[in-house]
Amino acid sequence: MHEATLPRGTAAARVSAARRSWARFLRRRTAVAGAAITLVFLGAMLLGPWIAPYPPTATNYNQTLAPPSVAHPAGTDDFGRDILSRLIAGSRYSLGMGLAAVTLGAAIGTAWGISSAFYGGVFDNVSMRIVDILLAFPGLLLAIAIVAILGPGLVNVVIAVGLFSVPTFARLTRSPALAAMGQDYIEAARAVGAANARIMGRHLLPVALPTALVYFTLRIGIAILTASSLSFLGLGVQPPTPEWGAMLAAGRLFLNVAPQLVIAPGIAISLAVLGFNLLGDGIRDALDPRLRE
Amino acid sequence: MLRYLGRRLWQMIPILFGVSLGAFLFIHAIPGDPARLLAGPDAGPDDIAAVRVRLGLDRPLALQYVYFVRNALAGDFGRSYRSGLPVSQVVASHFLPTLALSLVSIGLAACAGLGAGVLQAVRRNSLGDYASTVASVTGISTPSFFLGLLLIYLFSVDIHWFPTGGMGGPRSFVLPAVTLAAAAAAQIARFTRSSLLEVLGQDFVRTARAKGVTEAWVLVRHSLRNALIPVVTIIGLQFGFLLGGAIVVETVFSWPGLGWLMIQSISFRDYPVLTAEILLFSVQFLAINLVVDLLYAALDPRVSYR
Repeated sequence: MHEATLPRGTAAARVSAARRSWARFLRRRTAVAGAAITLVFLGAMLLGPWIAPYPPTATNYNQTLAPPSVAHPAGTDDFGRDILSRLIAGSRYSLGMGLAAVTLGAAIGTAWGISSAFYGGVFDNVSMRIVDILLAFPGLLLAIAIVAILGPGLVNVVIAVGLFSVPTFARLTRSPALAAMGQDYIEAARAVGAANARIMGRHLLPVALPTALVYFTLRIGIAILTASSLSFLGLGVQPPTPEWGAMLAAGRLFLNVAPQLVIAPGIAISLAVLGFNLLGDGIRDALDPRLRE
Repeated sequence: MLRYLGRRLWQMIPILFGVSLGAFLFIHAIPGDPARLLAGPDAGPDDIAAVRVRLGLDRPLALQYVYFVRNALAGDFGRSYRSGLPVSQVVASHFLPTLALSLVSIGLAACAGLGAGVLQAVRRNSLGDYASTVASVTGISTPSFFLGLLLIYLFSVDIHWFPTGGMGGPRSFVLPAVTLAAAAAAQIARFTRSSLLEVLGQDFVRTARAKGVTEAWVLVRHSLRNALIPVVTIIGLQFGFLLGGAIVVETVFSWPGLGWLMIQSISFRDYPVLTAEILLFSVQFLAINLVVDLLYAALDPRVSYR
């Protein structure tokens, strides 16, 4: 995040900085493993209908609650639907909601952080106090509160989980923007008559963006976890949509006869979150080692 | 010290006021009419109107808020729409199960997290460090409802070691406490590791070693004392999250605590109970933040109250 506040280096120096980051990333085995896991899940999400062995809604009442086999690698559910196919179809919902929610939260939060730094004074004070209060609450509680107002459903979960990421991004992007506010080029931009919006968009956003991008990946894991928790509680996506949290909640009833109904979606959620967390850690360390806790 | 405490408590008043207004408005933004719900499916419009008057819902919103604040200051949050009992009684009866579970969980998490974190830092880059780092990351990535159900499957379904849910004797605490502690322990371990590694790289540690102090003494006397200061903050915050955020785990284990009550109140639109719960959570978080800050200063002489 400090790179942009320093005088710009030559093109060659910037290329080697990128190469150094890339090398740092590759050196960490956990980061590479995270990238591999993430790629597999993104592949399932994009290629879903072409790689799933069965349609996710195809029932087979001769084969209900079947344990894992060659024909059904993750077994079948109480309607005889292939669990693996439903997991692959569900990746669109579970991962898609996480990606959409973090995008929403990052956009609003970055705008909030930058304007807070730009306007300063009372506005900055009050808005950061609000951020502090929001951050003090457990994220899930905030998301539940928002879903309670909006009602359950896919879009509302995205909004709820997105809004719960807003304070994090606001706090994170405010400090680089604030550091840039003291620089001469902001004063110069103002001197030549640049509008407030232009200063924020053209001069503060590029400074805050690297920080926002680093945390983007890290937040996706948390967003997937929160969205699936909401679905599990019955406040999110409803069955028969093959969303992982909803699948797991529906499978609870069969825990003693067909544990694969719980275990398969549970492993899918854990692995996806793990992948994004490891990848996010790796990206953060590679791009900005100083941000390490 | 006393002045600092006084100033912090003074600062809480506008925040609490804001939270109470937020909670009040939030509750009224939830769609659905509690009067209709309470009057039952066969009630006519007159019955519903009567219920509405009885609940005070026919008054203007601003007036409702004024009454709400006045009564809340006297400890009166009205009666639960659902059970008809006073809200303070309902919330209090669900508070103890949550408090008990939180205390057991945070104790478990602190022991496991500190132990793992110290081990990771001391045996840095060893196989053990690698394994327990992977375990912490896995602990953070596994959803608590999955871990809880997995534990129920492993220890309750076939071998009946522990009950599948509900609150009873000491046995009933084991599975929910372990489930809750897992994520908290992972966080505590991560912070302990990085904090201890930072302290171990400091000059005074090198000096101590150069003087010939044994490695164990360096760790206990010189390093841990300093490294634990930020960890205390994390443990305190995690405890706060447990007190208010055990919603998922309480649902999985049918634990009669505040989180379970919250889900029940949302589905029944039990406004008074929900409002009281949100206020209680806010006061808890503010109080825990304050205690953590005071503890921080007590542990670290370099921090002064200002």
